[in-house]
Amino acid sequence: MSFCFFNERPAIEDINLRIRKNRVTAIIGPSGCGKSTFLRSLNLMHEMTPKSKVIGSIKIHGKDISESNAVDVRKNVGMVFQKPNPFPSMSIYDNVIAGLKLNGNKKNSDLDDIVEKNLKHAGLWEEVKDRLKTPAMSLSGGQQQRLCIARTIAVNPEIILMDEPTSALDPISTAKIEELIYNFKSEYSIIIVTHNMQQAARVSDFTAFLYLGKLIEFSKTRRMFTNPKERLTEEYVTGKFG
Amino acid sequence: MTGIETISGRPKNLTRRKLVNKIMISLCVVAGIITILPLLYIFFYTTKSGLTSLNLDFFTQLPKPVGEEGGGMANAIVGSLVLIALGSVIGIPVGILAGIYVSEYSGSIISTIVKFTTDVLSGIPSIIIGIFAYGIIVLPMKRFSAIAGGFALGIIMIPTITKITEEMLKLVPQTLREASLALGVSRWKTSLFVVVKTASSGIITGVLLAIARAAGETAPLLFTSFGNSFWQTSIDEPMAALPLQIFAYAISPYDDWHRQAWAGAFVLILLVFVVNLIVRYVTRNKFGTSQ
Amino acid sequence: MIFAFLIVGLVFFISYEMFVDSAESRHKFGFDFIFSSNWNPVTEEFGALPFIYGTIISSILALLISLPVSIGVAVFLSEIAPKSVRTPFSFLIEILAAIPSIIYGFWGIFVFAPFMRNTVQPILQSTLGFLPFFKGVIYGTGLLTASFILAIMITPIIAAITRDVLKAIPVSQREAAYALGATRWEAIKMALLNAKSGILGGAVLGLGRAIGETMAVTMVIGNKAQIKASLFEPAYSMASVIANEFSEASGSMHISSLIEVGLILFGVTFVINSLARLLIYSVTRKA
Repeated sequence: MSFCFFNERPAIEDINLRIRKNRVTAIIGPSGCGKSTFLRSLNLMHEMTPKSKVIGSIKIHGKDISESNAVDVRKNVGMVFQKPNPFPSMSIYDNVIAGLKLNGNKKNSDLDDIVEKNLKHAGLWEEVKDRLKTPAMSLSGGQQQRLCIARTIAVNPEIILMDEPTSALDPISTAKIEELIYNFKSEYSIIIVTHNMQQAARVSDFTAFLYLGKLIEFSKTRRMFTNPKERLTEEYVTGKFG
Repeated sequence: MTGIETISGRPKNLTRRKLVNKIMISLCVVAGIITILPLLYIFFYTTKSGLTSLNLDFFTQLPKPVGEEGGGMANAIVGSLVLIALGSVIGIPVGILAGIYVSEYSGSIISTIVKFTTDVLSGIPSIIIGIFAYGIIVLPMKRFSAIAGGFALGIIMIPTITKITEEMLKLVPQTLREASLALGVSRWKTSLFVVVKTASSGIITGVLLAIARAAGETAPLLFTSFGNSFWQTSIDEPMAALPLQIFAYAISPYDDWHRQAWAGAFVLILLVFVVNLIVRYVTRNKFGTSQ
Repeated sequence: MIFAFLIVGLVFFISYEMFVDSAESRHKFGFDFIFSSNWNPVTEEFGALPFIYGTIISSILALLISLPVSIGVAVFLSEIAPKSVRTPFSFLIEILAAIPSIIYGFWGIFVFAPFMRNTVQPILQSTLGFLPFFKGVIYGTGLLTASFILAIMITPIIAAITRDVLKAIPVSQREAAYALGATRWEAIKMALLNAKSGILGGAVLGLGRAIGETMAVTMVIGNKAQIKASLFEPAYSMASVIANEFSEASGSMHISSLIEVGLILFGVTFVINSLARLLIYSVTRKA
């Protein structure tokens, strides 16, 4: 998979990088450096913000995503948000299959299997299997986030975007999610935005460092944290600013 | 006092200011009381006069001819229900869908125009809506009919429903929309099945409010539904309605009819009161969960 | 989302329909329609001046009576009342706005008009009787009574908007006033001054409501097409004449004239409502 990105808007610009398949890529940088903006443009989520525009190209398997429908892109590029956001009007069960149902696939016989498979995958099955029909809001924050992950993978995306998925969670829930990310590598390509450098070091294979809307450095995570090329990167990862 | 005198050096001025303060604050409290007085008066007077005249006949009997005592407003109550049902068929879908549009696509020029027009429509006198319904339904059909009345009520319901739908949808957090979109769900499906579903209880209250308002509307029915002293089940004929019957009885010279009109007024006030109570309850819950 | 456009289309369609249906009367009377006070269905001569007069005077009087009270209530609700009072009080005001106008009219005939006839109007006549407005026979129903009923009906509307506009003024402004040593009322006064275009919008909106109000006015205004200085005299309003005469109008000219009255009413309320909304948007959007 190759992937290029240019943008001339003030928020972020001049970002060129290739994201490898079945690897975890972390995006780090101080607050307001454009991490989320960058991530949101990858599944055309920026269209939610009025008057925003991407200039340049984002390619998946060599195909520019701006040429296809946003809906198709998002089916292929799932997203997990900063705050767990299960649908409050739906049960746990309905939340997992929400994407499928809303997209019009509903062969009822398969649904039970799909729910079980994806909840197991998201490591939530054992905790909720006896109360699938209870409202999703009855779960704890960490469970809600794993439910959101189950909901995302139920649509069978190739790529999963994670926008600071653990920043609203306690350390134990965070550990569970990080474990999931590690296990997901064989099936999905993951891009995770995080403000926590230790997290980036723990879960990712590659890391991109953004500063003031620009890509400063992009390399293997181990190298980034041990022997960065740029002085700015070094200062950031060693905690001198940010 | 002495401390302030030395600082400001204008003790008289301060005394005067404090006096003005007291007077104005008291006047505001008085204004509050003055406003509530007529409400309480109307409420208790209607309850007193209405309750004593309310009996089973009121709900089950037809109006008696002039001069005879007794009778009821059964046909008018059924008529009002029919008219409201007809109005809902028009008002609810248009109102809700327009509300969704204004809220979910807010910011665009078109949605601003729609929002503005809706506000203006809510201020157009209901009697004008009556003339409109007369012009496009009664004239071509060449007779008064429940259809025309229901049509007028439907138009009157639209702005209320649109407004509340819009407000309720705005309370739905943006993150839910994003969650749905990120699953590859299209924008209109997200609006309809995720956002609206989440706000559904709020939207229902809007519909209830619109129905309560339509139930009390008299002016637009005067020359559309027209009224009827008998049972009428076909909707292309003139049909009785509770507020029309109250109006006819209220301006009549018969005491018995006045009593029945009070009973009708009591029923209407009760409806308004109960619906508003429900709306309060539901919207309070809504705020409770979103904050 | 065609339904959204439907609303815009609807408003245009309403005005178009009324314009077309009033053609007969517009062609015959031209501008005289507005300036003539001769309304005679038998001779088929129609002039709408008494209705326009009755509508304008009753609505403006209602606004004058209602505005200070409405602002007072809004200040009471947003600045003075403790929360335990505020919630039930707001609820009662909402109910007041939701009561059907037919009930106001009914109550107006049987309770309020006798009260005006027996108490308020004799007092006014004995104290201010030298003014032309308070001369003449006391009927109970009439222009003044209609104005009072209208005032009761529009107060919750103006009060609700004033309250919302006051809420949109940031607390920090009031704190700044207090910090400069202002009394409570002076701080409120500053907030009111800041919110004045929004309050004006609410007042204009209330005026629009009063102009279009039909049933309550029809029941208490007296329904007599005349222009008299005394506020005790019966009068007529545009909406009432439509309500009273439309369903039993004799000829097509009569109907057409009534629709023209409706067209004027529509035009006036349309302009007034647009103005009111623009004023209100200008305040609430900033906040």
